[in-house]
Amino acid sequence: MAEPLIFDLNKDGRRGYALPALDVPALDPADHIPSRFLRQELPLPSLSELEVVRHFTRLSRLNHSVDIGFYPLGSCTMKYNPKVNENMARLPGFAHIHPQQPEETVQGALEMLKTLEDQLAEVTGMDAMTLQPAAGAHGEMTGLLIMKAYHKKQGNHKTKIMIPDSGHGTNPASCSMVGYEVINIKSDARGSIDIEDLKAKLSPDVAGLMITNPSTLGLFDENIGELASLIHSVDGLLYYDGANLNAIMGWTRPGDMGFDIVHLNLHKTFSTPHGGGGPGAGPVGVKKHLEAFLPNPRVVFDGKKYKLQTKCRESVGPVLGSVGNFLVLVRAFAYIMVNGREGLKNASAYAVLNANYMMARLKKTYHLPYDRFCKHEFVLSGKSLAQYGVKTLDVAKRLLDFGFHAPTIYFPMIVEESMMFEPTETESKGTLDCFMEAMEMIAREAAENPDNLKNAPLKTPVRRLDEATAARKPDINYFQRPE
Amino acid sequence: MATYIPTTPDELQEMLGAIGVKSIDDLFAEIPPELRLQGELNLPAGMSESEMARKVARLAETNETVDKNVCFLGGGAYDHIIPAVIDHILLRGDFFTAYTPYQPEVSQGTLQCIYEYQSLICGLTGMDQSNASLYEGATANVEAINMATAQTGRSKVLVLQTLNPEYRRVINTLNGALGVEIVTVPFEDGAVDPSRVQELMNDKIAAVVMQYPNFFGSIEDIERISEIAHAAGALSIVSANPIALGLIEAPGKLGADIVTGEGQPLGIPLSFGGPYLGFIAAKKALLRRMPGRIVGRTKDIDGKIGFVLTLQAREQHIRREKASSNICSNQALMALNATIYMSLLGRDGIKEVAYQSFQKAHYMKRELAKVEGVSFPFTGSFFHELVVKIPNARKVLGKMSKKGVFAGIPLDNWFTSLKDCVLIAVTEKRTKDEIDNYCNMLGGFING
Ligand SMILES: Cc1ncc(COP(=O)(O)O)c(C=O)c1O
Repeated sequence: MAEPLIFDLNKDGRRGYALPALDVPALDPADHIPSRFLRQELPLPSLSELEVVRHFTRLSRLNHSVDIGFYPLGSCTMKYNPKVNENMARLPGFAHIHPQQPEETVQGALEMLKTLEDQLAEVTGMDAMTLQPAAGAHGEMTGLLIMKAYHKKQGNHKTKIMIPDSGHGTNPASCSMVGYEVINIKSDARGSIDIEDLKAKLSPDVAGLMITNPSTLGLFDENIGELASLIHSVDGLLYYDGANLNAIMGWTRPGDMGFDIVHLNLHKTFSTPHGGGGPGAGPVGVKKHLEAFLPNPRVVFDGKKYKLQTKCRESVGPVLGSVGNFLVLVRAFAYIMVNGREGLKNASAYAVLNANYMMARLKKTYHLPYDRFCKHEFVLSGKSLAQYGVKTLDVAKRLLDFGFHAPTIYFPMIVEESMMFEPTETESKGTLDCFMEAMEMIAREAAENPDNLKNAPLKTPVRRLDEATAARKPDINYFQRPE
Repeated sequence: MATYIPTTPDELQEMLGAIGVKSIDDLFAEIPPELRLQGELNLPAGMSESEMARKVARLAETNETVDKNVCFLGGGAYDHIIPAVIDHILLRGDFFTAYTPYQPEVSQGTLQCIYEYQSLICGLTGMDQSNASLYEGATANVEAINMATAQTGRSKVLVLQTLNPEYRRVINTLNGALGVEIVTVPFEDGAVDPSRVQELMNDKIAAVVMQYPNFFGSIEDIERISEIAHAAGALSIVSANPIALGLIEAPGKLGADIVTGEGQPLGIPLSFGGPYLGFIAAKKALLRRMPGRIVGRTKDIDGKIGFVLTLQAREQHIRREKASSNICSNQALMALNATIYMSLLGRDGIKEVAYQSFQKAHYMKRELAKVEGVSFPFTGSFFHELVVKIPNARKVLGKMSKKGVFAGIPLDNWFTSLKDCVLIAVTEKRTKDEIDNYCNMLGGFING
């Protein structure tokens, strides 16, 4: 039976939580607040504590999660989230401090921030970092603002950013958010950036090139040195979308590849949990010549004390109302501490090993558009199943019946019927083997009994949902349901 | 060193064999040698979980907490009581180790929670639709302004000076980057006189942005200001404190077109500023301009009720540079946090938190009035935050902090005209004793 909505569990007069009794003399609010500003109705539900606990516990059991099973969702780095990091984020010394406390009372928090900045700068090969952005897309926006500030100072007239056709949707969307136009660059036959296309489109009004390396196909672009020279030749900047950093930690660094600006996704590479869609953290690192433009406040250490510096003349200004998603940063800090230099390098090593192990076997059953070693993820195409009337979507849904999460599907857009697999380093060979057996069984089913796929999933809490009606007649607010 | 990698040496060999390489290094061969990292990262060696936990705990202990001290700080983040139930539910791996519900059949838990969250936010704010969350209170206004400029085709906004100054700075950074012209409307007596808005209003203005209660705790006349905006074809954007809405009228009933806010007061720990929760809710006409993810209720092929991400044609993964926003990861777990809080406290509980906060702040004002040297620069109605003028405020605040009282936020950080003025927040968590003690201590430091 479906879990009722919280509103349908309402019982007027029920209380789920008792506050301490009011211990000061009470006034009548009506004597102090004009009546038109006094609340009339408050349509919130009333439940007991146990009802609330059961409701959300029952709902939680309808989710797939990393803790329950394999989650090879490409580009999202669904690695294990160490439990101890949750404890660290709940230490009162971190969780119970107010952002406006006097600086001398939060020295430990500021020290944590500064240390993490330095460590992330080291991992990426950059000179300075800000931890303020709240997610990857927010980091992109921040990095692009820094780029804009740089060009303004240089007196450059720049209006466009180059993005490969394999780029993530947030890349072009972030460009629009800061007022840059987008030029799409093609990929070549090896899945790398098509240098000829880039050269043809390169012009003095190009502000920068925004890429991931490895790309969203999971492939390392060996031409990165040349790309950097090309973009720098028009005084453009090279921007690194760090969503794929889990492939290269300790092996190579964006800073050494020629990137000027980098954002990271701590909720991917540094194992902070995804939380059902956030919170994450999207720190941004820059080379020395861009440091002055970083958002404020900056954390600084004067040899004795840590301070938050807000007066930074050339700064683009704050991009968030606080220092960042602080407790997410604490988790990443703990993760780096446990792993250390060799642990991070190993994480990337085994992430790449796992991906290649899967690719080597699955390419025998599914079409592999770019047959070369991948990094931490790889992309297959489901197009060979079209002959049975089966789509990538059907493969994804059938995987759910086997207790696995699906890969990322229909992204990157340059591969027809794409499926993007990212196993991460924390999965065992046994899990990968089971998953691949399922993938192979699904391919057989597609030929022998395609309806099994088209009707999938069968065993999940609900089956395929009517998305068309959902969009046509939006029911997105309990209080205003359509007829 | 702790390890989160399960692969044994034997398995490694088998896997390398299956791939057809000799070592993991071979898989990195295509990285040009001159780009390879020479040597190791300059980071400490790894350590065990227990060694790390000890070190991190030591570092955390050097901070002064609101548990050991008494917190009268607000300014956008408030020290409210947080029921124990919330964290127990948040710690369920099924919630916190899942990602965005891209496969709805195995994400009904997250999806239904978001649907409930959207509905609760609509109920609280009196609006028609909300979304799955935004980063926090400041950037929520940035998104609201983007909606308003897109909807009206205008590029100028009026921002009341009584909007949280940190929010105003973020608006300057992010909306400013897109060429939005931002005009600040000054306050008098702790709030903005609507006639000031009227003077600056014209048919070039996309929106007026205001806070309710405002940064000083005063109850801004959002109703009158919304009318002025509407008369000129501009939108009314109200950044509201969700707890205050247990006592003061829903902005949706007072003319707001978009309501944003910081959801931290809804059971989220202070956390030195984050992760918090940005919420946004709007009137129906703005549906296609909403940023980020939205969950809708629908049916599956067996006719069973279920939930999906919907109206995705607004979003970056489909629309790319034409998307209504670039937001992808949001603050889903914090939205769940707020959902549990609102469910547990319920209608009567939220009302009571608001009522008690109001009562305690007003008690505090009466007691402060008895302290010699203390005065109140503003006279209007307020909710649970007030501005107090204290001789040598910064010095006094420093002394109080040493005695374990975070006594308020000095306002001269942002407002040169408010020298020696301090913003004090009083929540339901403060006790009469704490308030009395504050006033005694303050009197001692001012007059001692
Ligand atoms: C390649 C890439 N870039 C950017 C992003 C956006 O990151 P976030 O969701 O943290 O905003 C993602 C997220 O999935 C991504 O995969």
